[in-house]
Amino acid sequence: MAEYKWPPMEKRRVMGKRIARLDGPMKSSGRAKYPSDMNRADLLFGALLTSPHAHAKVKSIDLAAAKAIKGVTAIRIISGPGTEIQWAGTEVCAVSAITEEIARDAVKAIKVDYEVLPHLVKEDNLAKVGARAKAAGEQVTGDPDKAFADAEAKTSGDYGIPVITHCCLEPHGSVVAWGADKIDFWPSTQAVSTVGGDLAKMLELPATQVKVDCQYMGGGFGAKFPADRWGAEAARLSKESGGRPVKMFLDRATELTIAGVRPSHFAKIKVAGKKDGTITGWQSESWATGGIGGGGMAPLPYVFTNIPNRRMNHTQVSLNTGPARAWRAPNHPQASFLTCSAITDFADTIGMDPLEVFLKNVAVSARPETYKKQLAKAAELMDWKKKYTHGSKKTGTLRRGLGIGIATWGGAGHASKCKLTINADGTVEVEIGSQDIGTATRTCITQVAAETLGLPMSAIKVKLGNNSYPPSGPSGGSTTIGGVSSSTRKAAVNALEKLFEKVAPTMGVAADQLEADDSRVVAKGNPSKAMSWKQACQKIGPTPISEMGENEPRVAAREGLNTQGASGIQMAEVEVDIETGVVRIVEVVAVQDCGLVVNPKTAESQVAGALIMSVCSALMEERITDQTTGRVLNADMEFYKLAGLPDVGKLTVHMDITPEHDARGIIGLGEPCAIGGVAAIANAAANALGVRVPMVPLTPERVLAALANRRNA
Amino acid sequence: MSSSKEKPKDQQPKSAFSRRSWLQGAGVSGSVLTTGLLAEDAQAQTVANVMSGEVEITLDINGKKRSVKVEPRVTLLDALRNRLDMTGAKRVCDRGTCGACTVIVGGKVMYGCSVLAVDVVGKPIQTIEGLAPEGQLHPISKAFVNHDAQQCGYCTPGFIMATKGFLDRNPNPTVEQIDKGLSGNLCRCGTYMGMKAAVLEAAKEIKNG
Repeated sequence: MAEYKWPPMEKRRVMGKRIARLDGPMKSSGRAKYPSDMNRADLLFGALLTSPHAHAKVKSIDLAAAKAIKGVTAIRIISGPGTEIQWAGTEVCAVSAITEEIARDAVKAIKVDYEVLPHLVKEDNLAKVGARAKAAGEQVTGDPDKAFADAEAKTSGDYGIPVITHCCLEPHGSVVAWGADKIDFWPSTQAVSTVGGDLAKMLELPATQVKVDCQYMGGGFGAKFPADRWGAEAARLSKESGGRPVKMFLDRATELTIAGVRPSHFAKIKVAGKKDGTITGWQSESWATGGIGGGGMAPLPYVFTNIPNRRMNHTQVSLNTGPARAWRAPNHPQASFLTCSAITDFADTIGMDPLEVFLKNVAVSARPETYKKQLAKAAELMDWKKKYTHGSKKTGTLRRGLGIGIATWGGAGHASKCKLTINADGTVEVEIGSQDIGTATRTCITQVAAETLGLPMSAIKVKLGNNSYPPSGPSGGSTTIGGVSSSTRKAAVNALEKLFEKVAPTMGVAADQLEADDSRVVAKGNPSKAMSWKQACQKIGPTPISEMGENEPRVAAREGLNTQGASGIQMAEVEVDIETGVVRIVEVVAVQDCGLVVNPKTAESQVAGALIMSVCSALMEERITDQTTGRVLNADMEFYKLAGLPDVGKLTVHMDITPEHDARGIIGLGEPCAIGGVAAIANAAANALGVRVPMVPLTPERVLAALANRRNA
Repeated sequence: MSSSKEKPKDQQPKSAFSRRSWLQGAGVSGSVLTTGLLAEDAQAQTVANVMSGEVEITLDINGKKRSVKVEPRVTLLDALRNRLDMTGAKRVCDRGTCGACTVIVGGKVMYGCSVLAVDVVGKPIQTIEGLAPEGQLHPISKAFVNHDAQQCGYCTPGFIMATKGFLDRNPNPTVEQIDKGLSGNLCRCGTYMGMKAAVLEAAKEIKNG
């Protein structure tokens, strides 16, 4: 039985090193071809007609004027007469034409008659949602009534975090060509190995007929798993246009309206505890929406899951808005924001430093020791003890404050298969049906193969992004790095064993006594007995060595190449101008573990990126709907705000790389680092102001309103 | 946030019709519109051209003359991406906010989505494809790689062209100037930390030639 475990930390030459991402030059020279860059011969352009109404019945559709436009090749009705539309932006028709401009003209020329129905698009006030609320039932643990009756201190607070969108820079969409015996599909996707089957199902075709290719993709964050209705319609337009390829990507407004959102979360939270900071009771009444299906239920209380006495009530609200999709750590940023806000407010009320209260209460979390260490490290990096003062002691116009957010995530590797081939000329090829969504997956796979084979990274050719390669899971839930690293490791070890068998007779050493190191095959314990990699491969003969490796989630934890359970602490320092209400980020600190870190350089970038996303969500991002028209008011990038370079302050990232974390194997990183930042920033603002701003994003209007409320109280 | 691609003069476009000047004239604009450069050009162009239907124009792109058939309403960005297969510039917001389509026209940094192809006839257009010969990397691109100033990479070409235009005018920038000078571009993955270091390194490299 082959030995797959990772080489000891101190012996690794490639893994764990700060390697620049391999596809960096392609991206930074503009030569990387994203799906939206695919210009095939005879390309047609697709455009969608979407519903302006949030709730309506399609009465009739008149295509005559659109059909008459020269250059239109096909028009399809997606939501025909009688269809009940449940959110604005719903796809009604699709058009293909020889230019994008003509396709848009045709969309404008289609006449649709709707019967407009009543809609609901706002959920910030639960009292106003009426029958659209659906209670999820009460959960009770211990005796919360007694805990609150006996408590030395109690707090109650209202908190809210709105719906936000993914706002992927490359919009959703694809280029697709319906050929005689296959469909070529170039989607912007997080799921190369599964999206083809998804499209085939929608088109009622055998899965074998869909050929998927996606070498680069411009951001997904959880929103780009399915083939989507627009993918299937692009395919049908191609078919109806004689198989000519159709490029159809959503325009920005449609992208921000229907291509995925993160559910909102609102809650009234009561905390009971002792004056020494020990929390004894929790009660929350929360509600959330993820669109028409309701959806969104944050795990409360977050991280501090074993507060002894708890009562939770949650209500789902169904709205006539575009549906939710997974958004980098589904439900967790909301849960962290709600929980850490309530705990910070409790600390403020009893006059304790929230850092002390967090330290005291991580005892009721799943990983108390890790959190204690991480809180201490983050506090050191933030210089917390020197900087912290209670919110009531702040003076002046510009007031600074500190806050904490906490994170937990699974992150075990997904199912993944990898094929590694060693040729007689010494070249090595890795094939894996995974995708690089900007997380340096391509680079990390290369590092694992190079480490295992004792070769430089330049000797390894990694092929991914195509569904003709062995299947590997979608990139969601921070499962990719564990999955692909483990399958690549196993494929490389298996291939190496075959190579050792080939060269053992020549070297006069038993195959199991050989190892690969520094581009050589070497006898263990006798470095003088060695063959160069090239010489060794010459023994392979005409048929290359080609071996598979597989990560099976069921047994992965036992094998130890990847496991789950990432923890993180984020701390923020902000400065608030109490006259203008503007919140400025001074610094955000992240301390993050994710087990064995394959590439600290790209891992740090990913964490820094998550901090910036947290800044966006804490200060700027909010999908604003209008109850009168039922539409999204800010479905553009001018009023759907994202942070720019001047907005992010100083970012300090500390990857918690230690022998004990390393020994846990690889754990995913993408989600855990994107969880705690909003809480940290919101809490820092509360500390600076001496009053809680109940709702993020912390716009000047909300900050000033919170200050005014305090004055009026 | 405000974007601050060069805003040297407070002038209103008068004659030439560009998508951005229309936006401004229509009162839709916010602080993000960077009309200064286009306004200068508009001042210079005194005779309004009237065109309709598809016309063949010649664009001067990266030192090469390229013929392309466009309707007058086609933006420079769409001419590049949809008709000339030059896909380095990306279409993201399509409304002059995010900078993913940044190109340099006549030495000036512009959003390709906010200028019409017919309006840049006769002006030298530089795109990311022309920054370095095939197989080579411009020092700015190299610095972005070194500092991992990219994740998904979709905003990267726009940032690199914005950096090029910025460093051409500010060869010795401070971090504060970089923040301001590149604030007309947006990244969703959050690569600003590496980007600040990359721009500083690129400035040094370019100076050392």
